[in-house]
Amino acid sequence: MTVTAPDTTATTAATVEFRGLRREFGPTVALDGLDLTVRPGELLALLGPSGCGKTTALRMLAGFEHPDSGEVLIDGEDVTRVPAHRRDAGMVFQSYSLFPHLDALDNVAFGLRMRKVRTSERRARAAELLELVGLADKGGRFPHQLSGGQQQRVALARALALRPRVLLLDEPLSALDAKVRLSLREEIRRLQQDLGITTLFVTHDQEEALSMADRVAVMHAGRLEQCAPPAELYGRPATAFVAEFVGTMSRIPGRLADGGVEVLGQRLPVDGPVPAGPDVDVLVRPEAVGVRTDGDGSARVVATSFLGAAVRVTVRLADGTEVKADLPAHEAGGLGAGTAVTVSLPERPVLVAARTP
Amino acid sequence: MTATAVRVDSAPAAAVKRRRRSLGWLAVVPLLAFTALAFGLPALAMLDGAFTAKDPATGATSYTTGNLTASLQGAYLTALLGSVKLSAVSAALGVLLGLPLAQAVVTSRFRALREAVLTASGVLANFGGVPLAFAFVATLGNAGVLTRHLGLADQGWDLYSFWGLVIVYLYFLIPLMVLTITPALEGLRTQWREAAQNNGATPVQYWRHVALPVLLPSLLGGLVLLFGSAFAAYATAAAMVGSSIPLVTLQIADAISGNVLVGQENVALALSLDMVLVAGLVMAVYLPLQRRSARWLA
Repeated sequence: MTVTAPDTTATTAATVEFRGLRREFGPTVALDGLDLTVRPGELLALLGPSGCGKTTALRMLAGFEHPDSGEVLIDGEDVTRVPAHRRDAGMVFQSYSLFPHLDALDNVAFGLRMRKVRTSERRARAAELLELVGLADKGGRFPHQLSGGQQQRVALARALALRPRVLLLDEPLSALDAKVRLSLREEIRRLQQDLGITTLFVTHDQEEALSMADRVAVMHAGRLEQCAPPAELYGRPATAFVAEFVGTMSRIPGRLADGGVEVLGQRLPVDGPVPAGPDVDVLVRPEAVGVRTDGDGSARVVATSFLGAAVRVTVRLADGTEVKADLPAHEAGGLGAGTAVTVSLPERPVLVAARTP
Repeated sequence: MTATAVRVDSAPAAAVKRRRRSLGWLAVVPLLAFTALAFGLPALAMLDGAFTAKDPATGATSYTTGNLTASLQGAYLTALLGSVKLSAVSAALGVLLGLPLAQAVVTSRFRALREAVLTASGVLANFGGVPLAFAFVATLGNAGVLTRHLGLADQGWDLYSFWGLVIVYLYFLIPLMVLTITPALEGLRTQWREAAQNNGATPVQYWRHVALPVLLPSLLGGLVLLFGSAFAAYATAAAMVGSSIPLVTLQIADAISGNVLVGQENVALALSLDMVLVAGLVMAVYLPLQRRSARWLA
């Protein structure tokens, strides 16, 4: 794949802003006052469980949905009332969006045809875009003659054909099998970085979001929970929802005391907001949990599963709480089910959340 | 035990499969037999009769092309052309009017209305013949309720004319079109419309460049079906206009019953053969068109 088309996007990358977007579908609130800014040239992933409003937000930017209140701005210009066919945003849909009666080349050239670009010119441009997505030799194929991954590449080329200021990706990989998904994910990212185009990527797959995006916006119930770079999102989740939605989190009962929290016989400082106490849950990542064989330990190993470089050990504490720990494979050797162990946490500030029943 | 059984069976499994496949055609024998009896025999009889002449005096029969020649002359030719014209016009109108109606039905937010229209279409598409003719005579005939009420006669309205017949035919052709095209319209994906919009297409451009080309094979299929339905219709026209509008089905009936001349049975069969040929001609035009428009489906 050669990337030699610096003229594929508009000259400068655009800023996208959602301001107080609100949308209700009957009794359900899809968006409950969404505020979010996408910086020029960045890939921002909208991540959240289904029904969190991420797709609605994307469709509002494309012009397929209209907010009850709030506005959508591209480069400071209010486009809320601009009809979909005049928005400057190329979109890649989940699947099956290619026009079935047109071959790959004509699919890519469709937008140019609507703009009455001369045939020779638009075919040349479409061929250039197909080359960009690595399908230079598939221009004459109809969609049903292409694999799912190839169809999505054509859809990507089509979305870029009109040199949009913003690229919108609506779960473009969700219908593909795992292997194709991985390779296309890298390819989309590389293309996006080469073109420097502002991109919004909707996904419910956290791995996809964390591995591709410059920043990830986690949404929940129509609201933005946190928008941060992947490492920050994982390492310093702003809310308990983010903590548990992104990556694996175990909850260990603790007790607030003297500005810190007592947990597993240790006293640790609290990171982030402190809920009303005194009984709280301490949120810990599996890689932060230490497990040591200890004949006097009150905790018992329940299960282990081999993950390659690490082994995930599930431990049941004396009070019945289950904690997950990832240990290097060589350390987990003697930890069969039923082994008595002691669980410890590193001497670092921990995230706490209100106790859940 | 099961394992052994499987191992024993697995060797001749291919042979079993082959035998099963070679016997598979048996299942369609009843259908083929029925088709041969109900469709093939009459067709052969018709073909034979169309080329047979019977001497009224001696009762001797001989082969001739005279019937066919007669069926393509004078009043018979006029009737054949009249039928083709009536069928073509009403089928084209049926497609043009049925498509937007079906689209309205498919996109309707009211589920009950949608179901009601589709059910009604199923009934009305099969509502032809004498009852339909009577219904129209009573409402739009010379002394019909609407004709009187709206003073249509003064404006030159005449139900017993070519266009009158077209309107009556549309009464069952439009519902037939709705039934035929609805599945195709439901197959139009929302993503296609949105992708078109996203690529700068106005709604008109979407229909012109995406929806209609995608629907074209179904529309052509609908057109042929409607043409055939109108072409073969008899009872409605017979009850309504008698012989005042020249139609081939009416001529066949007249020839068989000896309404005008006796001994024309074989000309009737020749006329039937003409109809078969017209239908064949329509298919000959339709199939390449269909294949071309559905190239992308192959």
